[in-house]
Amino acid sequence: MASRMAKKEALMGFLTISPWLAGFLLFTIGPIIASMFISFTNWDLVTHPRWVGLDNYVHLIRDDPLFWQSLKVTLYFAILSLPLGLIASLAVAILMNQNVKGIFWFRTIYYLPAVMPAVAAAILWRWIFNNDFGILNVLLRFLGLQGLHWLTDPRWVVPAFVIMGLWSVGGGMLIYLAGLQGIPTQLYEAADLDGAGSWKKFLNVTLPMMSPVILYNLIMGIIGSFQAGFTTSYIMTSGGPNNASMFYVLYLYINAFERFKMGYASAQAWLLFLIVLLITFLVFKKSQAWVYYEGSGRAR
Amino acid sequence: MEFFRRKSVQTFTGKLLTLVVLTGGAIVILIPFAWMLSTSLKPAEDVWLLPPQWIPKELHWENFVNALTIMPFLRYTINTLIITTACIIGTLLSASLVAYGFARLRFPGRDILFFLLLATMMIPGQVTLIPTFILFKYLGWVDSFLPLTVPAFLGGGAFAVFMLRQFFMSIPMELDEAATIDGCSPLGIYWRIFLPLSKPALGTLAIFVFMGCWNDFLGPLIYINSMDKWTITLGLNAFMSQTGGIEWNLMMAASLVFLIPCLVIFFLAQRAFIQGIVVSGVKG
Repeated sequence: MASRMAKKEALMGFLTISPWLAGFLLFTIGPIIASMFISFTNWDLVTHPRWVGLDNYVHLIRDDPLFWQSLKVTLYFAILSLPLGLIASLAVAILMNQNVKGIFWFRTIYYLPAVMPAVAAAILWRWIFNNDFGILNVLLRFLGLQGLHWLTDPRWVVPAFVIMGLWSVGGGMLIYLAGLQGIPTQLYEAADLDGAGSWKKFLNVTLPMMSPVILYNLIMGIIGSFQAGFTTSYIMTSGGPNNASMFYVLYLYINAFERFKMGYASAQAWLLFLIVLLITFLVFKKSQAWVYYEGSGRAR
Repeated sequence: MEFFRRKSVQTFTGKLLTLVVLTGGAIVILIPFAWMLSTSLKPAEDVWLLPPQWIPKELHWENFVNALTIMPFLRYTINTLIITTACIIGTLLSASLVAYGFARLRFPGRDILFFLLLATMMIPGQVTLIPTFILFKYLGWVDSFLPLTVPAFLGGGAFAVFMLRQFFMSIPMELDEAATIDGCSPLGIYWRIFLPLSKPALGTLAIFVFMGCWNDFLGPLIYINSMDKWTITLGLNAFMSQTGGIEWNLMMAASLVFLIPCLVIFFLAQRAFIQGIVVSGVKG
């Protein structure tokens, strides 16, 4: 009787998860395996795929300067935007956690840019970065500085994207705010009794208690920034000037859907996956030195 | 006594400083929005005035009408709404059913499958993008809404299932047991108990799906060719490249209209919105 019930429940279980299982096979596992095979072929979707072994990978790494350029642009963007975004969103979260008046309104305003559709944001910022009439250069000239050719100068186009990204730090800030509110107040009270100042409290209470959340945001940020820049660079610069904003994902898109080099683009996707995996792994390993997990003592 | 007085003075100046910094930041964040609104209401020639006028001499509301009639934006809006609605319905129905199975039913291999579901969240979308495109091409679905909507009915993505499963885990077991004694089947429990109890979580998920679909650019760019099937994002992109960055007043007006539904939903459902971000962020 009991085993019949268990069988019935198991059947029901498989029935309920069957939509996901179908999606998983069709849109996840199937494509992952297929992608690996395709990356070993030359395939333009018109003629039959031709097996070329590791040629695509070799060609990408040895003979494609644009591949290295796209990797450089993406890394440069990540190295600039990750620490800046992390510090800015943590700082704003700490300020908002100070029990000031009007916190609701501040939270709403700071979160607003994160609600902005990427396409609309790209159009708006193309106008803001306009050389002569854009508001940013108008402000710079008003301050007696020289306006910059944000989107047409190869040196400034990635920093311009970083500035645009910093505008929407509100999304990350919310996660920090929730983390801050989870820190037990007794810890601060104990630090007060010991005569610790604000800076000491920040270093010895806030930072260690927040380190798991920081790690989480850092890893999500790494994964995100390697896949970043498609919509913005496609709409704002098309990868220019002189490929200075040719993000990894944009170059992948161009190879796949403009040049129909499916095998080549698949190899690019796999290299991207391996790079992200490697960096995430390294961050995780190093994180044991600075992430503090409550209940496990200092991890060091 | 001295100690307390010093401390309260300190916190007062601290609070004032905090308020000043936060206000400064808020102004910096709002300037682009103000600039957008201001540009959208200007006559074409006033866009090129230096120094720029923050408040246009006359408000040209007809910019909004012009921006939306230069291209068939009504058509694009209807298309986007069809895709978005289908995605929301599909995700809510299928993800909740799958989440219920993972949260409450016992079957062999459940934990391994759930682990696989979580693992798929780590794989970059670019890896599956090309084979999925080829699959849809062979099915003859390219240049239709099917590639953009059918996946939603098949679980709606790992995140949706994960989020609802976590919510379902917090529903007390006693409810299921009582319902089972009353002769309710597992599907009945799902439909009559779990779905009604999960309205807040379903609402939050619906908002996320709406935002994802409404703003999607890469999906329509890859799958939709015919102009009469374009979404708003494709329309805006074409508008941008056709006018070559000249008619900024109309560009800003069109983008603003496109942004408004997102703003309205954000203001109406701010609590659900922020809760959802926080829950998905500090999941641990």
